Amino acid sequence: MKYLAQQAINALQLGSIYALIALGYSMVYGVLTMINFAHGDVFMLGSFFCLLLIAIVPVPFWLALIVVMGATAILGTLIERFAYRPLRNAPRVSAIITALGCGLVIQNTTLGISPYARPMPHLLDNVTYQFAGITVTTLQIIIIGVSVGLMMVLDFLIRKTSFGMAMRAVASDRATVSLLGVPANEIIAVTFAIGAALGGAAGLLYGMAYPVVSAAMGITVGWKAFVAAVIGGIGNMRGAVLGAFILGTVEVMTVAVLPSTYRDLISYSLLLLILVFKPHGLLGKPTIHKA
Amino acid sequence: MYLHTRHILAALVLSGILLTSCQPTKPSVKIGINAELTGEMPAVGASCKQAAELFTEQVNKAGGIAVGSEKLPILLSVVDNSCKADQSAAAAQRLISQDGVTVMVGPNASSCAIPAGEIAESLGCLMISPWSTNPKTTQDSQTGKPKKNAFRACFTDRFESPVLAAFATKNLHAKTAAVLYDVSSEAPTSQSALFKEAFEKAGGKVVSMETYSTGDRDFSAQLTKIRESSPDIIYLPAPYNDTPLIAAQARQLGIKAPFLGSDAWSSPDIIKLDAGKNLEGSYFCNHYSTEAATPKAKQFIADYTAKYGNAPDDVAALTYDAMALAANSIASAGKTDRAAVRDAMASTRTFDGVTGHFVYPEAAREPAKSAVIMQIKDGSFHWVSTVEP
Repeated sequence: MKYLAQQAINALQLGSIYALIALGYSMVYGVLTMINFAHGDVFMLGSFFCLLLIAIVPVPFWLALIVVMGATAILGTLIERFAYRPLRNAPRVSAIITALGCGLVIQNTTLGISPYARPMPHLLDNVTYQFAGITVTTLQIIIIGVSVGLMMVLDFLIRKTSFGMAMRAVASDRATVSLLGVPANEIIAVTFAIGAALGGAAGLLYGMAYPVVSAAMGITVGWKAFVAAVIGGIGNMRGAVLGAFILGTVEVMTVAVLPSTYRDLISYSLLLLILVFKPHGLLGKPTIHKA
Repeated sequence: MYLHTRHILAALVLSGILLTSCQPTKPSVKIGINAELTGEMPAVGASCKQAAELFTEQVNKAGGIAVGSEKLPILLSVVDNSCKADQSAAAAQRLISQDGVTVMVGPNASSCAIPAGEIAESLGCLMISPWSTNPKTTQDSQTGKPKKNAFRACFTDRFESPVLAAFATKNLHAKTAAVLYDVSSEAPTSQSALFKEAFEKAGGKVVSMETYSTGDRDFSAQLTKIRESSPDIIYLPAPYNDTPLIAAQARQLGIKAPFLGSDAWSSPDIIKLDAGKNLEGSYFCNHYSTEAATPKAKQFIADYTAKYGNAPDDVAALTYDAMALAANSIASAGKTDRAAVRDAMASTRTFDGVTGHFVYPEAAREPAKSAVIMQIKDGSFHWVSTVEP
């Protein structure tokens, strides 16, 4: 029991980070039905921006979080403006290739500037607490807390504000919404900014939890978060979060009770099974394709 | 008609490429370096390249390699294999077919050296891997016999893993051990199996054998499982850049057992990346130590440090030895013909390198040579003991 409780905390930490990244994939897909494959690399840059910031001025954690989110938001907007917007009406495949290309450009630029893995300095005093044999660290509490907090803010933004309403409107019918005077391009740009900011926050938290930062770190995590977004129903924000926590739990719990060698085999087979029964993901809605 | 600036530019660039590739070449000996300059372990590739360049510079300053009646300078051709299996095969192909090298030194990572070895074998070019310890690197994949053209400058996992297992049981008095390794990488997988075998033969018990995949950063599930089995030691044959992450997460979970590592720990970067000093007191097996150096090794360490500003790690030392083995083979063959150079390497029986005294048994592709046990203490590597074969 104690053992499983410890593993549940591990799953919660992993799931929180997957969720923050998955939201970025899902938001962009929601408004543009486009998969932003550069998102994993924006996540990676979140870690590097933090390294850069601390190298210039040693700032407290909260300030670092805000600055990193701001920087990745600007980057997200720039990617949208210069790489994706010119291709808005091009075939979908071109947009995907552009996204992959953007990701590779970001990754290799980082690799060129910093080919070596770097240690992430400590941003906070990490205290280990013991509760009835279960170990919890300050870092874990902050990661889970910040992630859940950001997700709640986003949920409020989408459901309760006029920007959220505009974003949902753009997602459902961009052409008509533009005719009604909603600035669709601005809404899309802000959506990218928010998605990238969440990715940047995830990168910072991830760098703190796993304190070796390298240019290739976004690849595997990015894929997994993308899988999580698809499982939850890509385009649906609550679905992305649900998918991320399911993926985190499945990954940790397969290792917890079965030989770890089979982790990826078992966890991804299970996820495929979900897609067999729910092809649009757990909370996704089937879309009607216009001819 | 309309000649745009960019057309002119393109033409200029193209003609530049053509001109440089058509330069007449002076007679020289071509040696290829197939190194991990980018990818999973860039520090390994950098050490390999630097040591090869130092060796080349020294030999060329002295006039070059004596080939027959004349002295030929070494022309080094360095290609990046990105630490990937497919790209190291492509790099080997390029070095041998296109650049026409006489000998290929590298790759270092076993997952790269095994496929590159297949190419070297099929094209009939001598390959000397400085650092790949996986037995498969020099083995024919079909017959299991030694490959004709693949050699190495280091011992194999068959020697290294039992050395560590013996150290764990005799010196650390460990009765139980846990192993955590990357199941998608060649070297850690074979090292873990061999360690388990040797550790259990010595009377110990491996209580937990856990795996992960390349690219994983979260090991908490596996480590929580290892914590349940409360081992005396934990064997982590992980590369220098993954190990600090695993150690940090283990200590956070309250695991206090000491870590034991493979030669993949040997880059000093491991200490730089271990910001939380979680590896303090851990031991690993290595190819050589700057603290237990012979006069020859001391000279190399001094030259390398003067040129690059940091002490050479084992990859650098082994690359330097591999280059010397290649140069000796070319000199004793008396020509740059690939088959003759390969035969000269195959008839080499002993060699004194900076990493110790090499003895190549008849028909063996790897030398019998000593290993050292190192400890991470006060933020640097310290020599503990030397184990003779």
